[in-house]
Amino acid sequence: MGIEQKLGNMGVVTTSLETMVNWSRTNAMWPMLFGLACCAIEMMSAQSSSYDMSRFGMELMRASPRQSDLMIVAGRVSKKMGPVLRRLYDQMPEPKWVIAMGDCASCGGVFNNYAIYQGVDEVVPVDVFVAGCPPRPEALIHGVLTIHEKVKGEKFSDLAVK
Amino acid sequence: MDKKLEPIVKAVQGKFSAKFEEFRNEVHMFVNPDQIVDALTMLRDEHQFELLSALTAVDYYPQTSPRFYVIYQLTSLAQNLSLQLKVPVNGDKPKVPTVTRVYSVANWRERELFDMFGIEVEGHPDPRRILMPDDTEGHPLRRDFPLGYEEPQFTFNFDEIDLRKPYAKE
Amino acid sequence: MSQIEEVTIDQYKHLVSERALTGETMLLNMGPQHPSTHGVLRLLLELDGEIVVNCIPDIGFLHTGIEKNMEAKTYQKAEVMTDRLDYMNTMGNNLAYCMAVEKLVDLDVPARAQALRVILVELQRIASHLVWLGTSGLDLAAMSMFLYCFREREQILDIFELVSGQRMMTTYIRPGGVWRDVPVEFEAAVRDFIKIFPKRIDEYETLLTKNPLFIDRMVDIGYLSKETALSYGVTGPMLRASGVDWDLRKIRPYCGYEQYDFNVPVLTEGDTYARYLVRIQELRESLKIVEQALNKLPLGPVRSDNRKFVPPPRSEIGTSMEALIHHFKLWTEGFSAPDASIYSAIESPRGELGVLFVGDGGPKPRRVHMRTPSFDNLSVISEMVKGYLVADLVAILASTDIVLGDIDR
Repeated sequence: MGIEQKLGNMGVVTTSLETMVNWSRTNAMWPMLFGLACCAIEMMSAQSSSYDMSRFGMELMRASPRQSDLMIVAGRVSKKMGPVLRRLYDQMPEPKWVIAMGDCASCGGVFNNYAIYQGVDEVVPVDVFVAGCPPRPEALIHGVLTIHEKVKGEKFSDLAVK
Repeated sequence: MDKKLEPIVKAVQGKFSAKFEEFRNEVHMFVNPDQIVDALTMLRDEHQFELLSALTAVDYYPQTSPRFYVIYQLTSLAQNLSLQLKVPVNGDKPKVPTVTRVYSVANWRERELFDMFGIEVEGHPDPRRILMPDDTEGHPLRRDFPLGYEEPQFTFNFDEIDLRKPYAKE
Repeated sequence: MSQIEEVTIDQYKHLVSERALTGETMLLNMGPQHPSTHGVLRLLLELDGEIVVNCIPDIGFLHTGIEKNMEAKTYQKAEVMTDRLDYMNTMGNNLAYCMAVEKLVDLDVPARAQALRVILVELQRIASHLVWLGTSGLDLAAMSMFLYCFREREQILDIFELVSGQRMMTTYIRPGGVWRDVPVEFEAAVRDFIKIFPKRIDEYETLLTKNPLFIDRMVDIGYLSKETALSYGVTGPMLRASGVDWDLRKIRPYCGYEQYDFNVPVLTEGDTYARYLVRIQELRESLKIVEQALNKLPLGPVRSDNRKFVPPPRSEIGTSMEALIHHFKLWTEGFSAPDASIYSAIESPRGELGVLFVGDGGPKPRRVHMRTPSFDNLSVISEMVKGYLVADLVAILASTDIVLGDIDR
């Protein structure tokens, strides 16, 4: 692997349990394969050859909510879709995170009307908002890295309070 | 008007005493609701209008009679022609007969017509809402249905709107 | 927020067979979150073992209220909504909308703008077909297709970004022309693409067209007859795969399509494989059109100089009082259109994309109806899947090339 040569004969590594757990969570975060609208296409672009999100341990999109840690709400959420989205969120096991990708998911975007939730934070709690209509794949990757930062800073004591 | 379309318009005029108007080389014919099934059947069988391209309505609110015009946009592949039929419908208890037996495409389009405009389609095989959730009140594309505008948050009113925004819980 | 209602069989009594009521066949819910429904589509399947007896699509999970929202905007501002309708075909939607506005107010478009429109719309068609090819390959377990197709699509999106500044929601085509002239790098970028793309289509075909696994999944699956297709208002590649030679680019040429030499691929088999072949051939034909249009690209203005409808160029505003007034008036009040209705249609990658426009004499439309091809193309699915396996349903659904934003609007 090469790590042995680099580290030498260290034998034991000391770190806090929190850091260890958070580190493992960030590098194997499985997003849910769930696209709504235009942003889903950019999410697919981020997965595909040119951008390759698997560099950050995100290549494994799970079709089932029960196997995934991260929900990327890619697109506008209509009034009919809202309850479905909430049910999907409820089915995800803890710990779970949500990225609101794009303007429509963040604040309703250009659709300020009867059919669309003005921000998906009315339906599920959101950790990271990614702006853009649609955001470029780089922007999504930045959003993902931001959520990694957030996860790395999580404390067990905070999670226990929730 | 297209030369090939003239006899067709004459035939529809003769049979249904329909008026017609022309705008930018398009022909729109006005047909009463009770004649629409016969008119479409005739156009499909005798004049080769095989395709019902669009079926929708226009709301002329606050005008009440007629308030709606239901639009049937027909295309003839064999003759490369287009013809639009307009059906005036009154504002109170709007109703049109179903044309699903003439064109199968009308099934979903008429469900949309009911969902969006509240125009009841008589004899429809599957009268449910199609786009909106079943418990929606009102019909969104009517002109008197509010757009549902929500005030955007800016720096000066951020906190005020934030207080009444229904944030989701964990 | 309303709750999800529990569905009972009574609601679907008129749509399922009698065997479902006795419990002999099973009702299975597929979607709205499912990897192979290409969006948020819900299909209620009545299954006899693995065979589909009935398929009841449930749509509206992406209903955006675009048509209603457009009524509240002026003609220029409403255009941004069209991008988000069929998000695979943004340039095409812009074109359909702009052609409708131009027809309603009787506006001419200069030749250079027409040629640019053709180039961009055809590139968009290629990009759209590439997404279809990639995702339907993914559905049929050909993962590498997805990676290859998105590689080429990026190149097209780079061209769009070059001309408009945005990858997907371009709003580049405007009423009366295009937003502004293309930058100098445009021609080289498109030529680059024209040069490499034929080889890439060959690569795709090597991977799929004669692949026995692919053929097993596609041939004689999802048969759609000519009569059913017409009755259900199916248009585009699906109709052409069922043996109807109907392409609006050829039959009612717009934007100067009559100058270009291209074929309309038509097959008579009407199955999933025929739809695949039609689209693959369309890739080549579109490339031919792009090349011809680029070779013939005329010089000249890219926007109509009718100041009543088209804002003046930026350079004039500093020097001409009149230009300033026109600019101000157009962007605050907008232009007025007559109180009349028109219908204009183009050939989108999925079929006839029509816009029914009703003006009310003022600066805002009374009604904009988008006749979106996917809506009708999906409605025929219940006829197409009867008697096939659930696994075939995935192939059939992929071959219809639906875009949910196009259906739900």
